[in-house]
Amino acid sequence: MKNKLSRLTIPYVIWMALFVVAPIIMVVIYAFSSADGGFTLSNFAKMGTYAVVFTRSFKLAIIATIICLAIGYPVSYIMSKEGPRFQRIAMVLIMLPMWMNFLLRTYSWMSILENNGLLNQLFQKIGLIALYNSIFGTDLQFFRMINTQGAVVLGMVYNYLPFMILPIYSVIVKMDNSLIEAARDLGANSVNVFRRVILPLSLPGVLSGITMVFVPSVSTFAISKMLGGGTELLLGDLIEQQFLGGAYNPQLGAAISLVMMIIVVICMVVMNRFGEGEEQAVMM
Amino acid sequence: MSKELIRLRDVCMAFDDELVLDHLNLYFNDKEFLTLLGPSGCGKTTTLRIIGGFATPTSGDVLFDGVRINDVPPYKRQINTVFQKYALFPHLNVFENIAFGLRMQKRPDPNDPTGKRMVKIPEEEIRERVMEMLEVISLKGFEHRKPDALSGGQQQRVAIARALVNRPKVLLLDEPLAALDLKLRKDMQIELKRIQQQVGITFIYVTHDQEEALTMSDTIVVMDKGTIQQIGTPEDIYNEPKNAFVADFIGESNIIDGVMLRDKCVKMYGREFPCLDGGFAENEPVDVVIRPEDIDIVPVEQGQLVGTVTNVTFKGMQYDIIVDFKGFKWLIQTTDHSPVGSRIGIKIDPDGIHIMKKSQYSGMFGDYSSFSEEYDELDDASLAPDEEESGDEE
Repeated sequence: MKNKLSRLTIPYVIWMALFVVAPIIMVVIYAFSSADGGFTLSNFAKMGTYAVVFTRSFKLAIIATIICLAIGYPVSYIMSKEGPRFQRIAMVLIMLPMWMNFLLRTYSWMSILENNGLLNQLFQKIGLIALYNSIFGTDLQFFRMINTQGAVVLGMVYNYLPFMILPIYSVIVKMDNSLIEAARDLGANSVNVFRRVILPLSLPGVLSGITMVFVPSVSTFAISKMLGGGTELLLGDLIEQQFLGGAYNPQLGAAISLVMMIIVVICMVVMNRFGEGEEQAVMM
Repeated sequence: MSKELIRLRDVCMAFDDELVLDHLNLYFNDKEFLTLLGPSGCGKTTTLRIIGGFATPTSGDVLFDGVRINDVPPYKRQINTVFQKYALFPHLNVFENIAFGLRMQKRPDPNDPTGKRMVKIPEEEIRERVMEMLEVISLKGFEHRKPDALSGGQQQRVAIARALVNRPKVLLLDEPLAALDLKLRKDMQIELKRIQQQVGITFIYVTHDQEEALTMSDTIVVMDKGTIQQIGTPEDIYNEPKNAFVADFIGESNIIDGVMLRDKCVKMYGREFPCLDGGFAENEPVDVVIRPEDIDIVPVEQGQLVGTVTNVTFKGMQYDIIVDFKGFKWLIQTTDHSPVGSRIGIKIDPDGIHIMKKSQYSGMFGDYSSFSEEYDELDDASLAPDEEESGDEE
């Protein structure tokens, strides 16, 4: 019986081998190869040049993750306390943007944030720009929003927020209400109920939410290209340039990918360690 | 000797339009083991939640030591609860679970002359009190285990320790043994009674299991449909049930229509039976309760009544036999075997007959015509945890 069922996983194992394991092996091989195919470490020697891109990518991804957590946790928590009807509607609203293509969503942010885009037109209409100018003595025609790091972070938050909300929500909503009652019964006020029971018990959801926002944020290239205007080069853009752009150098691209992958994996391992030691960390 | 600690005055509770508690008046004495007993949906868990502060009554007052506490939140009450499914914190080990309440407490600083500054309980004292509790529940050496590494009975005891370590004046227990198997349940009944006597505080216990109630309680409150049917000691409740509902819910009973001819004489099946009860009107229709173990089987010619055996079940200690008396089936428990189909006579001593006034429950219970099904139902009821009105007021 068990063997019959496990045979069903064979297609998936093949799929994994072909499209996950094999590419990783290829990345590793490329990263240690020179242009003529020989073994070299020179690809990694160039890594120092790109330290600024690494720092910027990780900084923006961390900011986006923190903002997603700051928005996502309260939203999940409040949602889980509402009636089932509210929860269903809220869930649809959160999922709704995901039914549209990622690029389309990001394009629409372009037209919102542009110098003469929707937001700036609105600000102009309500006199916000004039007000700003009179206060700070400037002479702006519009607020510069597109092609900034802020726009890139906004794009990340907008696109990845549902990945933060869903895991946290599903952990909190399954939490046994009698645990909260027990804590209240034992003398915990609302703050302590949250700090000592709800928060530590929702930590697994928080951790997977952070993973699901941070990893795609760190490697994104479409968002930075469209909302950052390519001026704020991120890791994703850098790698893309090595494979598809003018700076064609797949060996270097593979090396950058590998380093990024390793840093991300280290981050995740550290995070999960923190998750396992949650009582000590949260109970202090 | 014992003084009143909690009083419920005219308490009503409605969820949506459904009245769950109907003008409940009840008081609880200090240091007493009181059981709220009744079937699912009788309002017993709601009563407990009102005392614990998890539900606010629609109307009426809850008094604790004479002070109205309707609006006092749970964490400010000197009451702790043992929840039905224990509700141990899965992320904390046994020690931290028990210490939880102590870590939440603040009390006046003994070094502060004004007595206004509040401090936490020092770590050494927490340690001491938790270890002391672990001793009470015989779980020393388990303090570093997580709840999911404990058996059901052990989790149960940790839940009790977690509540008792706070030295509450009242401990509320919501069907705490429902999830345990029969053997463990019996052990825990004795254990609970021992703990209650050792710590000397009031236990308010909710259950639908009549045997549990009879074993442990000083006082039993039988409830149905949001009203109190009877309050009394286990002996009172068993021997002198007030109505057909109580008689049926506590133990097995044959409940027969009768007419009280005069004091100490009741007429059933057209025959007069001597009994010990009085104080009824002449010719008042009554319900007559006869416990299955109070019936003697005698030869046909000596019987007060004669009937036909329709069913015999061997129960180990006794036979349960069903006897048909003119279409109404009685349950008789006897050590003598009588074959199915045989004619037997029965005799009932005057002290085996208990007379009750007619009530809304008359005619609903006490007939064993549907014998086998009824037994199945009883078995189910004692196994299934009570899924009654869990009014989430969050």
